[in-house]
Amino acid sequence: MSRGAAMGRRAQILALCGVLLCLCSSVGGCGRKGHGRALVLAGSTSVQPLAELIAEHYEVEHHGRPVNVQGGGSTAGVKAATDGAADIGMSSRKPKDEEKGLDAIAVAVDAVALIVNPANPITDLGREQVAGIYLGEITRWSDLGVEGLIGGRTDAITVVTREEGSGTRSAFEEGVMGKADISSRALVQDSTGTVRAIVASDPNAVGYISLGMVTNEVKAIAYNGVLPSEATVRTGAYALSRPFLFLTRGAPSPAAQDFIDYALGSEGQGLVAQAGCIPVGGEGE
Amino acid sequence: MRARRGEVAIERALLLLALSAVLMLGLIAVFIFLQGLPIMVKHGPGSFLFGTRWAPTKGGFGLLPMIASSVIVTLGAMVIAVPLGLSCAIFLSEIAPRRVANFVRPAIQLLAGIPSVVFGFIGILIVVPLIRNYLGGPGLSVLAATIILGIMVLPTLISIAEDAIEAVPRPYKEGAMALGCTHSQAIFGVMLPAARGGILAAVILAMGRAVGETMAVIMVIGNAAIVPQSPLDPARTLTSNIALEMGYAAGEHQQALFATGVVLFVFIMLLNSIATLRVVRGDRR
Amino acid sequence: MTRWINVEVRHRIVVVGLWSAAVTTLAVLALIIGIVLWNGVPMITWSFLLEGPKEMGRAGGIFPTIVGTVAVTLLAILVATPIGVGSAVYLTEYTSESPLTRVIRFGAECLAGIPSVIFGLFGFIFFVIQLKMGWSVMSGGLTLAVMILPTIMRTAEEAIKSVPESYREAGFSTGATRWQTVTQVVLPAALPGIVTGIVLGIGRGVGETAAVIFTAGSSLHVPTSVFSPARTMAVHFYILAREGLSMSHAYGTAAVLVILILAINVTANWLMLRFRAKST
Repeated sequence: MSRGAAMGRRAQILALCGVLLCLCSSVGGCGRKGHGRALVLAGSTSVQPLAELIAEHYEVEHHGRPVNVQGGGSTAGVKAATDGAADIGMSSRKPKDEEKGLDAIAVAVDAVALIVNPANPITDLGREQVAGIYLGEITRWSDLGVEGLIGGRTDAITVVTREEGSGTRSAFEEGVMGKADISSRALVQDSTGTVRAIVASDPNAVGYISLGMVTNEVKAIAYNGVLPSEATVRTGAYALSRPFLFLTRGAPSPAAQDFIDYALGSEGQGLVAQAGCIPVGGEGE
Repeated sequence: MRARRGEVAIERALLLLALSAVLMLGLIAVFIFLQGLPIMVKHGPGSFLFGTRWAPTKGGFGLLPMIASSVIVTLGAMVIAVPLGLSCAIFLSEIAPRRVANFVRPAIQLLAGIPSVVFGFIGILIVVPLIRNYLGGPGLSVLAATIILGIMVLPTLISIAEDAIEAVPRPYKEGAMALGCTHSQAIFGVMLPAARGGILAAVILAMGRAVGETMAVIMVIGNAAIVPQSPLDPARTLTSNIALEMGYAAGEHQQALFATGVVLFVFIMLLNSIATLRVVRGDRR
Repeated sequence: MTRWINVEVRHRIVVVGLWSAAVTTLAVLALIIGIVLWNGVPMITWSFLLEGPKEMGRAGGIFPTIVGTVAVTLLAILVATPIGVGSAVYLTEYTSESPLTRVIRFGAECLAGIPSVIFGLFGFIFFVIQLKMGWSVMSGGLTLAVMILPTIMRTAEEAIKSVPESYREAGFSTGATRWQTVTQVVLPAALPGIVTGIVLGIGRGVGETAAVIFTAGSSLHVPTSVFSPARTMAVHFYILAREGLSMSHAYGTAAVLVILILAINVTANWLMLRFRAKST
């Protein structure tokens, strides 16, 4: 390679580097708001599977508009909607007082199911008992009337909870704990899947997940005598229910509105039922 | 003349590139400190470093359980990694025949390349159930994290320690053996003490790696924000604290996470400084 | 006589102990790789590699994550290599040891020791929010670039340092400027070592999760530009394993990852052997 060519090549690499650095600092905003770019949803991991299902079908119907769904938790969804990082924030709890200022549209209703290991003979727990477990006051399955060991080496209850920003946790705390704090000895997991996996593999575990995510690896028990199902949630007999919300800051953009309309339409609500959640009861709004 | 001016320009450009590493480090430090220090000052660093209640949405910012867990888990990982790793390092540099060494060394590097999430996954699959079924507790525990971390830092420790041992001048060993020492007496009596600067650097760098590990730890440690009182207790490290809550933290909560980052950052810098000084001092001999 | 036997016996025991340490370490490695490959390789078919995921990853393939991994890692390498090699060139060719060089090296060492979650924190606030790049290949790639920069810098420096002085002297004696000597003589000679560093950086980048998940996002679409979000294989594996959506797919993804890392490591080692052979 001649001298000039070698120098030129080096210079080009350096120039490229400089261009790249300039690109990132100045053009950063360009990729975001534009034409034909993807719709971004972010937030609750409970809503995520439903949103992804709707997105998958939506994309087939409306060619050319990709939809990207992120997790992060309900509070992350609120934040993303507020910051503008996402077009639609997903939340599985009602917005807190300091979070007003976002438009919330309910696309589904979901129940928070209490789950135990299938080997656990318990079928029903009252509010006092659940609160006692999660406060760390009731620590043994024998205190709840279980005879002998369920399968582990002791009968100590393994308490599993979601992380603080989770909408599922908020719904649980509102319905069960009131103002009291969940014990800091509880195992904290950051997704429905891991909560379910722990309860499925540890005979002494108890946890709570979205009803739509219950599989036969775990057993959903009755709360205050009522088993969670679409019927009991609709009548209000099952107390632990919460809305799945799509949040936007102000009026949704046309693209977002289109997606929301689809979700609320008959196809979207059919998908809601398919995902194991409860349709909002209106056929399009 | 023109070539000379071109040279100066090139030198300046390269200096800029070289400073970029320091610049990035400074930028990161500034960012973390800017976000994290104000809240530490506001609530007093004492309440952060020594407080025991972590409830960031309710004003509790005590990091002591996390600091304690990070320290315990790291020390535990060292208890596993140092004997095993040092033995492997000695093995590779002194005992192994050339062909065996050429096979073992890349194998250990391969261990270094495995993503941490895979380690965490294997931890959940194998280590956690073993602990739960044979030792007790929920399985997700300090012990599980210790074992996984110990394995993860092995490659770092082995390769740096091996270099340190290789660097010991041959006359040291030959002289000892000429005086009648066995091979192992020469190793333990002469070579290891001679290499101790480098070995210490290896241990410290491995410690830094252990303190900073996030994904694998989150998956196996249970994330309960308590001070662990036995290896079978769940716990939460500084890094898992950040990763667990980062996606959704807002306002003071977010600043509190940055404060956690500050503590981590300072700790790692200290460790690295000690290691670097050690290596430099070792080199000078 | 007895004392001599005792000492010899002790030596034997030590040797056995050291061999066991090595065997244990290898056994652990074999166990991990074995489990992943045993469960994952059956999943690897052409459709798995070339199709997109269906039902959130429960079915279908992992093609978008492969593209995502390549995109993010490639960007990281493209940014980190000129900076790393340039810095190494400066440190070795243009200055001698001074407080400045020590500061630069110290900076690089510390950068290397920072936990990946802090990079994630930084990248999220700086690239995703502040610079408004959003969750994108760009955010992830730049964050990753900062993470692998020390690796490339260090290996490049080692490689350049081991080029014999005689090469440089030959260059100068023909009247070449320092820059010309560096680019025409030294760098080509140090190339295998530099490439090793790049390959090691790639290896680190491919396996990285914490820094990437907070910056590149977790979209399941094939990224169409550097500003699209992307999901890398490591992130995909984490999400699948964590959500328990499909263990077989998780294993499959992990197997592809592990095989990729294996290939990268073998390449790096082969290059290093070539490099060592060339420079002796």
